Amino acid sequence: MNQAIRNTWATAVALFLVLLVAISVIQVVAADTLKNNDFNSRQLYQEFGAPRGPILVDGEPIAESVESSDDFKFQRVYHDGPLYSGLTGFYSLIFGATGLEEKMNRYLAGTSDGQFIDRIVELFSGTPLEGAQVELTIDPAMQRAAYDALPAGVQASVVITDPQTGRILAMASRPSYDTNLLATHSATQARANMEDLQAVTGLSPYINRPTQTLAAPGSTFKLIDTVAMLESGQYQPDQVLDLPDRITLPNSNTPLPNFAGGLCGRHSQQTLEWIFAQSCNTPFAQAAMELGQDRIRTTAENFGFNQGLEIPLSVIPSRFPDDLDDAALAQSSVGQRDVAATALQMNMVAAAIANDGTLMKPQLIDTIRGADLTTLEQPQPEVYKNSTTPEVAAQVTEMMKEVVRSGTAWQSRSDQVEIAAKTGTAQLGAEDSNVNSWITGFAPADDPQVAVTLVYQNTDYEAGHTLTATNMKRIMEAVVVQ
Amino acid sequence: MPQVISPARPRRTTELLLLILALGIGLGAHLLSAVGMDQEITSEYWVQTGVLTIMALVFHLVLRLKARYADPYILPIVVTLNGLGIAMIHRLDLESGDSAATRQLMWTVVAMGSAIVLLWFLRDHRLLRRRTYLFLAAAGLLLLLPLIPGLGMEINGARIWINVGVGSFQPGEVAKIMLAIFFAGYLSANRDLILLAGKKVGPVTFPRFRDMAPLVIAWIISMGVLVFQRDLGSAILFFGLFMAMIYLATSRVSWIILGLLLVGIGGLIAVNTISHVGLRVSAWLNAFDPEVYNRQGGSFQIVQGLFGLASGGLLGTGLGEGRPDIVAYANSDMIVASFGEELGMIGLAAIIMLYVLLVTRMMRAALGTRDTFGKLLAAGLAFTMALQCFVVIGGVTMVIPLTGLTTPFMAAGGSSLLANWIVVALVLLVSQAARRPVVVGPMVNASGAGSGHQDRTDPDAPASASAPSPPQTPMPAPGAPGGER
Repeated sequence: MNQAIRNTWATAVALFLVLLVAISVIQVVAADTLKNNDFNSRQLYQEFGAPRGPILVDGEPIAESVESSDDFKFQRVYHDGPLYSGLTGFYSLIFGATGLEEKMNRYLAGTSDGQFIDRIVELFSGTPLEGAQVELTIDPAMQRAAYDALPAGVQASVVITDPQTGRILAMASRPSYDTNLLATHSATQARANMEDLQAVTGLSPYINRPTQTLAAPGSTFKLIDTVAMLESGQYQPDQVLDLPDRITLPNSNTPLPNFAGGLCGRHSQQTLEWIFAQSCNTPFAQAAMELGQDRIRTTAENFGFNQGLEIPLSVIPSRFPDDLDDAALAQSSVGQRDVAATALQMNMVAAAIANDGTLMKPQLIDTIRGADLTTLEQPQPEVYKNSTTPEVAAQVTEMMKEVVRSGTAWQSRSDQVEIAAKTGTAQLGAEDSNVNSWITGFAPADDPQVAVTLVYQNTDYEAGHTLTATNMKRIMEAVVVQ
Repeated sequence: MPQVISPARPRRTTELLLLILALGIGLGAHLLSAVGMDQEITSEYWVQTGVLTIMALVFHLVLRLKARYADPYILPIVVTLNGLGIAMIHRLDLESGDSAATRQLMWTVVAMGSAIVLLWFLRDHRLLRRRTYLFLAAAGLLLLLPLIPGLGMEINGARIWINVGVGSFQPGEVAKIMLAIFFAGYLSANRDLILLAGKKVGPVTFPRFRDMAPLVIAWIISMGVLVFQRDLGSAILFFGLFMAMIYLATSRVSWIILGLLLVGIGGLIAVNTISHVGLRVSAWLNAFDPEVYNRQGGSFQIVQGLFGLASGGLLGTGLGEGRPDIVAYANSDMIVASFGEELGMIGLAAIIMLYVLLVTRMMRAALGTRDTFGKLLAAGLAFTMALQCFVVIGGVTMVIPLTGLTTPFMAAGGSSLLANWIVVALVLLVSQAARRPVVVGPMVNASGAGSGHQDRTDPDAPASASAPSPPQTPMPAPGAPGGER
């Protein structure tokens, strides 16, 4: 029987060996796969249990992790939530992360390559890893001024950039929300809050309006048209052009009129400069049909249309469609039909013109510093596109000055600073009397410090037009005279 | 080559030293989990450690008095496991606000107390052999107790507990031991009959029905009751016990194969007919399927256990620093997952090795003892413990579907603790019989050296090691080749 006992013992040991193999597989070989499994919330507990790095504006945190007494050791707290919610995004227990919280997660959570040494130290010392701090290019005073320029109850965006470096100085939108509502550790509360927020028209916590919502740019697109026209050599600012009251689009009965309340109807011919300042439609439509869609499209793309961007927030591509027949091209040339742009895109157009025709890449990150304040990353200004020549840029600048001096943007005329701008009013549809009101420009006109773009979507014409112009002036005065 | 036979040594000092180490490990685990959780070390910790220390020392003392030659390694291993279990249960208590550790401690006292009483009053394990049918009856009774309406409790769809006032008790655990005693007793008595008297069908000799009858009937009844009570984990254990005993008694592998075939068929039937079983198996096969994961009785528990193990990795998160409380039943069914998370693969492998050592020492006792009953009992109980560990840890690691069995000595559960400590007491008794010096009578040799004649008459005869003068000579017990004690 002893042999039988020994065999039984061997079987028992074999069973235990199987177990040892099993735990090796689970805890070593397949550990990473298991950790990254969708169902695994332990990563969350670990992430929430670690001091996540702050997002800073001018040295002050707008998003930071403070110690909390509940299950998760740290609570994400947002300061001035509605001002910055589009930029920071949210960092939520159940909804994941969006915005910079998502894009910069590697740094904020301390898992970036640059913090590798820190992670090794953490392995041995046991002190939890502190995330890196991300400092933005935003100027808090400008952000506040920008946000205040947007009235409640309106879907609107404002973008302020530095044309010489591409740094984004302010980016705000409405409707906005307090990010702290989604950072709560209570899953039920967070769900209820998300439901409430998504019920607000025009608000989505997942979307940063200035970079991820498209709107028909209307007459601001004439900036592109004008650049194309001047580049072609066939047109000059002081050249006199036909100014019909309306044109019938080719192969159709649809008319393309000039704007009803303006001065365009008083003349049958005028200089390009005057036409630009008064934002008459018909000459631009005719010129576009002359130049052909490829030319207009190429010019648009030179300013960034049809391309996505990461700033590091994702910017969706603004659209100038393919395959346009003349009728469609005519309507597209005045920024209607299927043309659509983000607020940032139209800001880039103004910024490029302000910067002698060179478009700098928009940047939101100023510096990324480790927990010990060593610099991990410091993005430098980068040329994004050579949109146009300095000569054409100068010519367009002059025309934009005239828009403010005597044209459609006269309400933004300021005696403190010379502003160059272009307005735009895009109709939303034949049935809809509401419009998108745009203004994009820069100041001081001769030595641009800032490029500012405002868009009020789906608003009444009068209100929109006044809002754009007066707020342009207010912002420029607040921002440039500083 | 002559066999080296070393003199019998009690080795209780070894045991005492190892016991101090074992208690140190338990205390260390306790304190480290407090440090890891940034908790104050209250008097609770010292009380828990103190109680365990006192009980362990009393046990050691009883062994010194009543079973001096028992295996010195078994008690320290079991105390380590028990201590670790209490430390982890206490650590989980701090997160959940429960007081399971106090209950576990109380049950430890009861279990160790029962084992001590058993050791004290049962002089020789062979005394149990006289009452095999009594044990069978007792086992049957215990198994049927939960079915009594007022006494039995139904928890999670299984009816295996009874209400004993202070808590719930699982009589099936103790029934398991009684059935083991019965099997061992019956098989040791009727072994020859079973082996030799029977019909030969091809290469296999089938025993006569009347020889196997009590065995088979006892087994079928217990399996039936267990399946009816939906305690499939215990059903696997009982089956394993039965197979092991048969194999040990007869050394016939063919019956094992037959048995496994039967189990395979039975298992397939069970999967397709018993919904409970079918659910468990589908949760095992498709654990990561979202539908299986989210449904009631699905794979959520196992998968969370796996995540816990994975987050422990090689070195573990450290005691008190992981999140074992995310897993359901973290202090009972899934306590292995808790240990794996906080102690890492290295810690869990060490715990598994402790079990291997325990089973090995129990098998050693079986090898060393001379009577068939003792051999069968010790080896059968040892294999059952190994099987139980395999079923539990295998279920947690998804080697096999999860069952309701608990890890011996570590998991929170009074009945399991009581049963396993009684097993320890029984094995120690067998080990005592195995290792104690055999009294050799004076007339071992009728003439020549050692017969005693020469010694008395010839004062100049060379004193030989095998023929000393005193009539009673302690000699090392044969049976275990080699002298390793």
